[in-house]
Amino acid sequence: MKTALSTLEMRRATSVAEALEILRDEPRMPIAGATDVYVGLNFGTLPELRYLDIWALDELRTITVNEDVLVLGALATYTMMVASALVQERLPMMIEAARQVGGPQIQNRGTIGGNIANGSPAGDSLPVLAACDAVVVLQSAGAERRVKFTEFYTGYRKTVMRRDELVVAVEVPRVSGRQWFRKVGTRAAQAISKVVVAGVRGEGARIAVGSIAPTVIRLTATERALATGSLDEAMVALRGEVNPIDDIRSTADYRKRVTENLVRRFWTETA
Amino acid sequence: MRFTLNGVATDVAAHPMKRLLDVLREECGLTGTKEGCGEGECGACTVLVDGVTVCSCIVPFGQAQDADVVTIEGLGNAHGLQQAFMDEVGAQCGICTPGMVVAASVLNEDPSLEEIRVGLAGNLCRCTGYAAIYRAILSSARAGKA
Repeated sequence: MKTALSTLEMRRATSVAEALEILRDEPRMPIAGATDVYVGLNFGTLPELRYLDIWALDELRTITVNEDVLVLGALATYTMMVASALVQERLPMMIEAARQVGGPQIQNRGTIGGNIANGSPAGDSLPVLAACDAVVVLQSAGAERRVKFTEFYTGYRKTVMRRDELVVAVEVPRVSGRQWFRKVGTRAAQAISKVVVAGVRGEGARIAVGSIAPTVIRLTATERALATGSLDEAMVALRGEVNPIDDIRSTADYRKRVTENLVRRFWTETA
Repeated sequence: MRFTLNGVATDVAAHPMKRLLDVLREECGLTGTKEGCGEGECGACTVLVDGVTVCSCIVPFGQAQDADVVTIEGLGNAHGLQQAFMDEVGAQCGICTPGMVVAASVLNEDPSLEEIRVGLAGNLCRCTGYAAIYRAILSSARAGKA
């Protein structure tokens, strides 16, 4: 670990109320399953050195349905989601995504709230949340607000969250239509995505893609073209709105081609 | 900080951000748990925390407070997995082996090959090509049934 242990500091919260008071009084990075924390510490690239351990907040470790809205508590792990009959029934594409996050060890620790707050453009659950028009529930001491998931990110690993706020849940309205999910990485398990696509085909199409832009994105022009025109027209729209980059995991050309192929496959497989 | 280690109540004073892996090896002297990649990719450092597999290289020690931690040393030979790994030559260099055995120990009693593959998807081996490891787990399960 390149980062010296002596420079780090962690406090443990025992309730959400306590966590919010701590965040109000001092800036700290909340950590849950910590699956991405040590990756940054190993490289010496994680700027945050003061942490708030929220792993013990069982009140956030819940999966419920409230007034026909699926509510995933921030500490719901991938393993919990895979095992949940509610998620299976309402959001099967999330089960697909959760099964492909790392291996069992990562699925046991990684949380939906962590995936959201960490804001990696390659987060596997994020296209699912974007495609189903989820809503992020943020709490701060004495206040709560809801932010549309599609408006949550403002740039690469940047969000609308304030330093005193905590992701406490994400709400998923009932999804009508067929759900579809594909992740393309270097191998089936333990791979970070090169391209990840989640789609819903109901009245129209809702398509979200990860790993091809600074944030997860909805393909709004492609969605419009699919609703009114042919698949070929949608491909023209897609080429106009998808501009990935070359990086350590893949190339721009590869990502663009694979995104095109995945959207084409989504449309034919959900017909 | 108190936690249960291989069934024994344990109290260790260490930095809460120290990796659980380092606490096990350095503070507790349990060197069976190996470090591979150090970033949660390879599973060599797999231990059980409250009954589920985790990569101990990315778990802050502070999060093990009051938890039940089981390492390769704590598994013993009770279910014969280690013997099966030896019989089937499921280990070559051996670095991945403790993690493989710990991950295999939480599979169901009679796993199919597919269940083994999925259950061990978080454990990488660069020597064996996995076939001997899967054979070892299958034969251990068969022996358990006999």
